[in-house]
Amino acid sequence: MKFDLAGRRKIFSHGMTVLSGLAIVVIMVPLVAVVYEVFLLGAPVINGAFFTQQIPYPCTPEPGITCHQGGVLVPLEGSLVLIGLSSLLAVPIGIGAAIFAVEYGGERRSARLIGMVADVLSGVPSIVAGAFALSLFIIYDPTQAFSYLDASIALAVLMVPIVTRTCEEALRTVPHSVREAALALGISRWKMTVRITFVSALPGVITGILLAIARSAGEAAPLLLTLGQGCAHPLQGITAEGCALPLWIFYGATNPYQNWYNLAWGCALLLLGLILILSVLSRFTLDWMARRMRGE
Amino acid sequence: MALVNESAKMEVQDLNAFYGPSRAIQDINLQFADRKVTAIIGPSGCGKSTLIRCLNRLHETAPHAHAEGSVFLDGEDLYRMDPTAVRRRVGMVFQKPNPFATMSIYNNVSAPLRFNTRPSREKMDQAVLRALKQAALWDEVKDRVDAAATSLSGGQQQRLCIARALAGNPEVLLMDEPCSALDPIATSKIEELIAQLKAEYTVIIVTHNMQQAARVSDFTAFMYLGKLIEFGPTEDLFERPKEKLTESYITGRFG
Amino acid sequence: MTPGNPFPTSHPERIHRAPKVGDITFLILLLLATIAVVALMVALVVVLLYQSRLAITTLGFSYLTGRVWGPETNVYGILPALIGTLITSAIALLIAIPLGLGAAIFLTQHAPTWLRAPVGQLIELLAAIPSIIYGFWGLIVLVPLERTVVEPKLITYLGWTGLFNSTPIGLDILTASLVLSVMAIPTVTAVSRDSLAAVPRSQKEAAIAIGATDWEVTRRAVIPYARSGIIAGSVLGLGRALGETMAVLLVIGNRPIIPSSLLSSGTTIAALIANELTEAFQPLEAPALFEAGLILLSIALAINVGARLILSRLQAGQGAAAE
Repeated sequence: MKFDLAGRRKIFSHGMTVLSGLAIVVIMVPLVAVVYEVFLLGAPVINGAFFTQQIPYPCTPEPGITCHQGGVLVPLEGSLVLIGLSSLLAVPIGIGAAIFAVEYGGERRSARLIGMVADVLSGVPSIVAGAFALSLFIIYDPTQAFSYLDASIALAVLMVPIVTRTCEEALRTVPHSVREAALALGISRWKMTVRITFVSALPGVITGILLAIARSAGEAAPLLLTLGQGCAHPLQGITAEGCALPLWIFYGATNPYQNWYNLAWGCALLLLGLILILSVLSRFTLDWMARRMRGE
Repeated sequence: MALVNESAKMEVQDLNAFYGPSRAIQDINLQFADRKVTAIIGPSGCGKSTLIRCLNRLHETAPHAHAEGSVFLDGEDLYRMDPTAVRRRVGMVFQKPNPFATMSIYNNVSAPLRFNTRPSREKMDQAVLRALKQAALWDEVKDRVDAAATSLSGGQQQRLCIARALAGNPEVLLMDEPCSALDPIATSKIEELIAQLKAEYTVIIVTHNMQQAARVSDFTAFMYLGKLIEFGPTEDLFERPKEKLTESYITGRFG
Repeated sequence: MTPGNPFPTSHPERIHRAPKVGDITFLILLLLATIAVVALMVALVVVLLYQSRLAITTLGFSYLTGRVWGPETNVYGILPALIGTLITSAIALLIAIPLGLGAAIFLTQHAPTWLRAPVGQLIELLAAIPSIIYGFWGLIVLVPLERTVVEPKLITYLGWTGLFNSTPIGLDILTASLVLSVMAIPTVTAVSRDSLAAVPRSQKEAAIAIGATDWEVTRRAVIPYARSGIIAGSVLGLGRALGETMAVLLVIGNRPIIPSSLLSSGTTIAALIANELTEAFQPLEAPALFEAGLILLSIALAINVGARLILSRLQAGQGAAAE
């Protein structure tokens, strides 16, 4: 009887192990399914024209009609503009706040406040960031309410907490002995911070920037509210309406035109590739930081 | 405690140093002779590292730390000067070698010049050469001054840190247990170096190793529980200690 | 020069004065950046409040209790979107917690060491895929599958529960919840995994020593110890689901009605804003949508702060235990 009970406990335990392993398998299903679908439907449109041509006239093939494939030059350029502009806004602010918190805040409450604010900001829904940027421009200048500039502000709101947090962590891993060595040489505080402490933490800071870009490059929701309708025209400057890869995926998904739909899958594949590259790079810079802090 | 027959380069007056509310050193009065080696000895936790860190105002950079009292350098109170200016005149070498890991050997040594005075390349080359020779490291690194500083052995790294401190052209060199992380061969190299350096620099060295203090120093100060117990020429202190505490420490009865 | 001095050059020009201007300029720049971060937080709330002031003063409480969202009749009630948000997030979490926790248990307790890092990275990748891609995939793959295969079966076999009595259209609460669960899983898994991995070996050994099986060790020793981390991970996952826009927008059907069943179309606050804000032509419509944004922000921030509090208390506790 007793033996039997122990046996049942064991079998139950094995059963739970199998179930927990099964959870991994179930989680992998959507990952595999999404990546498979994106490759299957995206790969056929990735060719020279895809990168160099304008968005085509909308068209669905019927007997006797062949559609022009076109390309996503404008969304691609737009995404690059957005990455550049939003980084330009978010990176200096994020790094500055992190340096202040770590190097000048000490253990004071102001230092912890920055970390807390960054944590809280990281929970802001992306659509709210979009609504915020939109209303800023409605108040400031409604004619520019739909522009790369406006969209970049929305994306920067999402990037600042990531840059701040990662940069803070990187600066905190720089040993105190490095700062003491610099101080003992009579190097002024700001030079020490910029050229020694910050340089030591640089791989970690780059990791933060890469992660922030990876996050913002795929965001579509804030763009829906702030970027307007600029997909059909060539790029006209940062205060004009614009387009971006994630936004084009939305248009392709919600319009009934076969060639737009095909391009949308191409954009999805391109975006997936970009984000994969960014996450591999960020892993590499993170290792670089760890190696540097081990003194290798 | 005053010096006999020597001119004082530095003078500590009524110095107290604190970490938060707790007092690490108490009412220290002490003089350091010009171009001589002064050793500060005492059991761990006696405040000797805190004292030396007050001599270049590094103590106050630690969280919640501050110091009260005066430290004179050539008659001028450090605590009335700009701390960066103080640290350019009073160099320091730390317990664990701390070269800048992101810089080459050359850039480590030239750091105080590049960051503080920006001399011409030629002058900088000369200064680096001189500092590396003074630190007795030149022969070992002359073929690879552009290699990473971290590629050096521990003893070499410590001499690199000495060269880096010297390149800034200080008048006083503070050494906070500079050999505690090194093997005996590296240690004896550094000790030889100290003997040569005093020709040009006032050297103040903290050590928990009494033999080392006896070997390298001209004057010795013994500290215990944050207080200066005894100070005098090294020979006198080790052979004819005036205080009971000093005697029991150097004879190894506590520590 | 001292005779016998081996170092001929002696102390050339010394710099006694340190430049202060650089230090001050630098500190000012840092302060500006810091102020910008804090100001951003404040501005988010203030700007949304300002934009929604008309809706708040005109509609008052009827906005929060209104069951109809009809810009064409100038009626604005947030309940349909709020209920849609809460239901989809709750179902997403019901799916994500067991799967995420199971995966975390497998990764920390059972998986061979060589498998842990790569699987962990795959789960991170799951979190990195943009939500618009999940939405697109959901619309093209999941919606037809739901409409033709899953939902008819649910109606046949589980229709008696009342949860599934509607026409199978695919664009509904259930599909949105499924997509959201995919997005919440990586958060739940990652935070749970970290807290399970932080359980000291001694805790497990104590259970092993009294003859517990693997599962009993996990159930009685490991999970209770990591409890607050698991809760924090779930709360953060909830935050992710509540604020998600694109994945929901494409599969929920976007009808601002209170859903009658899980197979009914609906909307969420985020989807409602995305769908209507740029075309809000009625006088009160934009303010009402900004107020919706304010509500969403408040919920998301409350959840985020809650989760961080749990996590920081957990870290403090571990710090105390380690000493």
